[in-house]
Amino acid sequence: MYKLNKVDKKFPGVHALKAVDFTIGRGEIVGLVGENGAGKSTLMKVIYGAYQPDGGTITIDGTAVRFANPRQAMAHGIGMVFQEQSLITNLTVMENIFLGFEKQFVKFGVIDWKAMAEAARRQLAKVKLDIDPATVTSNLSFAQRQLVELAKVLTLEERIDGDLVILLDEPTSVLAREEVELLFRLVRELTSRASFIFVSHRMDEVLELSDRIYVMKDGAVVDVVTHDEANIDKIQHKMVGRDVDKEYYREQLQKPYDAERVLVGFDKVSVPGKYSDVSFDLHPGEVLCLVGTEGSGRECILRTIFGLEKPSAGTVRMKGGVQTTFKARRAVENGVGYVPRERKVEGIVGGMNVYENMTLSQMKNYASGGILRIREEKELARKWVDRLAIKTPSVFKDCGGLSGGNQQKVVLAKWRSGGSDIILLDHPTRGLDIGAKEDVYDMIREMCDAGAGIILVADTLEEAIGLSHTILVLKDGEVQKSFRGEPGNKPSLFDLVHYMT
Amino acid sequence: MNGILKREALVKWAPLIVLLVLILLFTVLEPRFFSVRNLARIAISSTPALMVALGVTFIIIMGSIDLSMEGTVSVTAVVFAFAFLALGGTVLSWAWLALPLAILVGAVVGFINGLVHVKLRIPSFMASLAMGFVGTGFALLLTGGDRIRVEDEVFRGLLTERWLGFPVMVYVAALFLLIGWFIQAKTTLGRNFYAVGGGEELAHASGLNVNRVRILGFTLAGMFYAVGALMAVGRIGIAETATGNNFMFMSITSVVVGGTALWGGIGGVWNTLVGVLIVNVIGNGMVVIGLPGYVQDAVLGLLVIVAVVLSTDRKSISFVK
Repeated sequence: MYKLNKVDKKFPGVHALKAVDFTIGRGEIVGLVGENGAGKSTLMKVIYGAYQPDGGTITIDGTAVRFANPRQAMAHGIGMVFQEQSLITNLTVMENIFLGFEKQFVKFGVIDWKAMAEAARRQLAKVKLDIDPATVTSNLSFAQRQLVELAKVLTLEERIDGDLVILLDEPTSVLAREEVELLFRLVRELTSRASFIFVSHRMDEVLELSDRIYVMKDGAVVDVVTHDEANIDKIQHKMVGRDVDKEYYREQLQKPYDAERVLVGFDKVSVPGKYSDVSFDLHPGEVLCLVGTEGSGRECILRTIFGLEKPSAGTVRMKGGVQTTFKARRAVENGVGYVPRERKVEGIVGGMNVYENMTLSQMKNYASGGILRIREEKELARKWVDRLAIKTPSVFKDCGGLSGGNQQKVVLAKWRSGGSDIILLDHPTRGLDIGAKEDVYDMIREMCDAGAGIILVADTLEEAIGLSHTILVLKDGEVQKSFRGEPGNKPSLFDLVHYMT
Repeated sequence: MNGILKREALVKWAPLIVLLVLILLFTVLEPRFFSVRNLARIAISSTPALMVALGVTFIIIMGSIDLSMEGTVSVTAVVFAFAFLALGGTVLSWAWLALPLAILVGAVVGFINGLVHVKLRIPSFMASLAMGFVGTGFALLLTGGDRIRVEDEVFRGLLTERWLGFPVMVYVAALFLLIGWFIQAKTTLGRNFYAVGGGEELAHASGLNVNRVRILGFTLAGMFYAVGALMAVGRIGIAETATGNNFMFMSITSVVVGGTALWGGIGGVWNTLVGVLIVNVIGNGMVVIGLPGYVQDAVLGLLVIVAVVLSTDRKSISFVK
């Protein structure tokens, strides 16, 4: 029994944890939910020893403990499976599993690889992963790496006496549905060996897996519910302190699109190995959602429209013109704006300020003879900061220092202010809290009203259904089914899942 | 939050503070250090280095590195000297054409450099290092190891003609510094350098032609190296294969000490000016207070390490390779 009693943690200016009580029993799966900034990650860090609490006590089976660092926590059976995977990709699986604990295999200063491989195989068997321990980690799929990570944490079992507590931080965020199910089944089986703390943004999954759920808001636990009495609406209500009603996806603002004009037309387009025979038309004012599992070809379609991937067959038309050259620059000239999934990597340039980021794709419009008209850039930025309510002290602020939601707004402002009317959104709400998500939904509706066409790869199916006029369900690179989604007459989750798998 | 602000401010102003402290220190130790004569001496030794450092600043802002400056300087200096003498040997004749020709040669070398780096996909440090050797070799081939004297009085006026105690070359360098600042702050090309250095993927995804920006960057750097070569020749009146010596360590040290980040996106020409002055103030000051010259290199080497330590939040990056 691992227990936190009235644990407090303060940072300068923030009371991150307020007298948090938290218990996890042997073999239990405990869910932890809350908006971004509610204190989940601070709580996790206290649990696995990365932070030391300012007040309160931690007890294991009634004995008070104090961890100076994660390694001490590990010695007490607390292990962490990181969201950002912590495996070193150029090492083999077994080297990763025993990283830092190779001593047990060392004889006369030399590592006994055979013994290590044997031990690694035993660990991998626990997570039912049938791979050669000598495989280099970079050759594994993402889901496999996750299991290796879990196997690595499970080595604690042999090293310590007492119970294991394993933290899973957003373990499903990059997994496809079937991989998630596999992981869940495994976790349930492993409850004979360890208890789990499961943190996720995906409420349905937390509900599905957890025996009990802690709901956090503003650094405090506001509710603890058991599996049987859990209810998504109620939990979300507690998390945000307000109702997430049916109007969450702004269905009432969805208007019919202009079926006369076509912004992007795909006619039996194929990219070998990625997707084949994909046809659709995107109209002004339309939200077209591509639905499918990871690897179903969704991202590649976006990349084709943006000119990063050249199709081998079929025709791509943009605003009537058949595309022959596929270059990002051409796409931008055609009015395509791409809001990629990894904002930090591809969305904004950290180190450049707000106005510089906004005009990055359209510097030509703000320069004469290669010389920039900076005053106009600033005016533009100020206008869009007001229009999208971007929270920034000024347009001179380094974009790297803005919150995720505000970075997203800057990226959208970049494309929209440049007159882009074909907007590609790849998981635009990933990692945003509910308030920021709603801002994005509002922006999507507003863009449609302004005559833009949007191709969306949504973060969840609910989002896809709620936002779209048209839904294309993809599986293995082929369109399985197309749904219309007028307000009040939307397809159900089941309708979509049926064609996805 | 406050801590971050303070840190940012400190990082931003640290090079300038270091420069001022150094000047103060040397002045206290040896008042003659702060005489116009000595300051002019520092300015003269700084000018060729400043030109070269400005060139490499743009490259480093892009997150690349250029090690070709020694070869480029040598080859442009030599070509300039030959052309200058062949065309009449004085600026007042057609020989003035040798000045733009030298800059053109610098541009061509830089352009090839960029092409090799971008088209053959060779890391910039390797491509430019190799090109630098090619340049040095070519200069040696042209001169056969001889020194070429450029004794035109008008050209040497760069050094000999003084306004307010400082030779003309200092003012010319100031002009090029302003040009460099203008490119950095006011042109799309300058903005593109920062975009590529701050996030190459994103720059590409915003429709920028990243390869073109890189090649233009190396070309521009080559032109600044050529200006540096002209200054170097103007300063000593001789063009030879060794004209380019020392510029690599000097310029890159200056850029880094000035606070421009080696992984790109941060810094600029003013940082480089401060960096060049720090390096040259140390060099001159140590001589003035009577320390042996070879201590300089050691001090500068330490300074680079200190500069990188100060200017980076090393927790947040995995650049330690």
